[in-house]
Amino acid sequence: MLILNCPYCGVDAEETELAAGGEAHLKRFGPGSSDDEFHDYLFMRENPKGVHFERWRHANGCGKWFHAARCTNTLEVFGTYTAQTSEPPQDIKDAIAAKRPGWTWREFS
Amino acid sequence: MKHYSAFAVAREALRYHTGWERAWRSPEPKKRYDVIIIGAGGHGLATAYYLGKNYGIQNVAVIEKGWLGGGNTGRNTTIIRSNYLQDPSAAIYEKARGLYEDLSQDLNYNIMFSPRGVIMLAQTQHEIRGYQRTAHANALQGVKTEWIGPERVKELVPIINLDGPRYPVLGGLWQERGGTARHDAVAWGYARACSAMGMDIIQQCEVTGVRSQDGRVVGVDTTKGAIDCDKLGIVVAGHSGQLAEMAGFRLPLEAVALQALVSEPIKPCMDVVVMANTVHGYMSQSDKGEMVIGGGTDGFNNFTQRGSFHHIEETVRALVETFPMISRLKMLRQWGGIVDMTGDRSPILSKTPLGGCFINCGWGTGGFKAIPGSGWGMAQLMATGHSPLTEAFSLDRFKEGRFIDESVAAGVAH
Ligand SMILES: Cc1cc2nc3c(=O)[nH]c(=O)nc-3n(C[C@H](O)[C@H](O)[C@H](O)COP(=O)(O)OP(=O)(O)OC[C@H]3O[C@@H](n4cnc5c(N)ncnc54)[C@H](O)[C@@H]3O)c2cc1C
Ligand SMILES: [Zn+2]
Repeated sequence: MLILNCPYCGVDAEETELAAGGEAHLKRFGPGSSDDEFHDYLFMRENPKGVHFERWRHANGCGKWFHAARCTNTLEVFGTYTAQTSEPPQDIKDAIAAKRPGWTWREFS
Repeated sequence: MKHYSAFAVAREALRYHTGWERAWRSPEPKKRYDVIIIGAGGHGLATAYYLGKNYGIQNVAVIEKGWLGGGNTGRNTTIIRSNYLQDPSAAIYEKARGLYEDLSQDLNYNIMFSPRGVIMLAQTQHEIRGYQRTAHANALQGVKTEWIGPERVKELVPIINLDGPRYPVLGGLWQERGGTARHDAVAWGYARACSAMGMDIIQQCEVTGVRSQDGRVVGVDTTKGAIDCDKLGIVVAGHSGQLAEMAGFRLPLEAVALQALVSEPIKPCMDVVVMANTVHGYMSQSDKGEMVIGGGTDGFNNFTQRGSFHHIEETVRALVETFPMISRLKMLRQWGGIVDMTGDRSPILSKTPLGGCFINCGWGTGGFKAIPGSGWGMAQLMATGHSPLTEAFSLDRFKEGRFIDESVAAGVAH
């Protein structure tokens, strides 16, 4: 079972306590954007076999949204962090790079 | 290829079964093929089969990284139905269901198609309206389905509990010629027929790159070396995103785990397939007597072919209310497959931005039933550049807003 640490209340929450919210750090495009931008925003997900950034809600806990960095191939969790950011904090990036040599932010997976 | 028949069984019985030959050859790859199909699941093999059978294109290789039929084709719960709402879906799924009817004869391989009937239970007022609407749509599409009341449901499924406290059974959408087939046999039957046409099915060979020149595909790199081709079909279900990346484009889908489980075998007690979409659970009884149970997908991206326990727990908990007699059954096996989910929950059968490269993916949780129809349409698309069966399922529909929205329409998969 997946266990994630909620960065707000500090609880190690197991999956039944959490609700998955899909890929994190999407850039929103709305009125005035091009067709391509809107299409990508709505439908194109990174879907990596590897490092993935995603949104989770501590639904049966404090109720807050947070982010997790996880490997979709091994189910390893690299860390969790608050949702008030548009990219993962440096310590999370470092933790991933240490375990996945050659990985860089936004070089999908 | 030696023909399978009652006579062959008798002949072999008389000589200690020494005369059976291997069902397909396991050749080393040639330097070049007219067409390469990546992925020897049901959809890839059916595509190859109809390329040969309908268009005479037989210089074909099907390349598989594991063993043929070892992906979702060998992991699914084998429900076959065609009672969809949208016209393009009804067309391709009904084409497939129709082909399943005499696929055993066509392939000379017993795929055990069992049109035992499928009921989709209505357990809310919303579902009653939804299924009545589907029944009307199916009538217009020429797909034979029927709205039935709770008494008829009870007649068809004596073990069902109609008045569960949370999920009463209010009726159902009944497709008499829906049912099941043996999943492995579908892959094996197509593989044997492809091999008999001279096609090469190359197992234990992973595609690691797609080679192109001036915007056209010219071949693939594999763990058994480079192989050239004129046309390429990518038919790899959960790994479609990875293959698309090799071919230089992206796909609007995500990979998640879908699980299923079977019980210990018991005496025959249910001879139709029952789906309960409100609770995300469905059940049928296999010929061995096991209750075959499946549910909804897990919530997060996953490539491990393992799922989370609480999802099957939820499915079984809900089914126990509707089928109280299963509460004391022991479950024998549980497994998962990686399914590729698109934004509108409909598949993609399409040309791609790379010339000569085609893709067939996005069947998600419900593509077993579609294998013959998908192969038929995909072969037409690859051979002639156009197919009425696949037209609506093209990749550009997401940009153009032409969704085939079965997620809202059917509310469930499988
Ligand atoms: C638990 C479960 C229950 C289901 N129940 C039903 C049901 O009741 N009814 C229904 O209609 N559908 C059902 N489905 C869905 C159905 O199984 C799939 O839609 C269908 O089998 C997909 O077939 P495919 O040929 O596209 O993919 P697959 O059978 O997965 O074949 C793809 C193949 O591509 C290969 N491959 C991947 N990458 C590479 C590479 N780089 N190089 C070479 N080969 C590669 C894989 O090894 C695999 O064998 C279910 C699925 C699951 C997981
Ligand atoms: Zn919390």
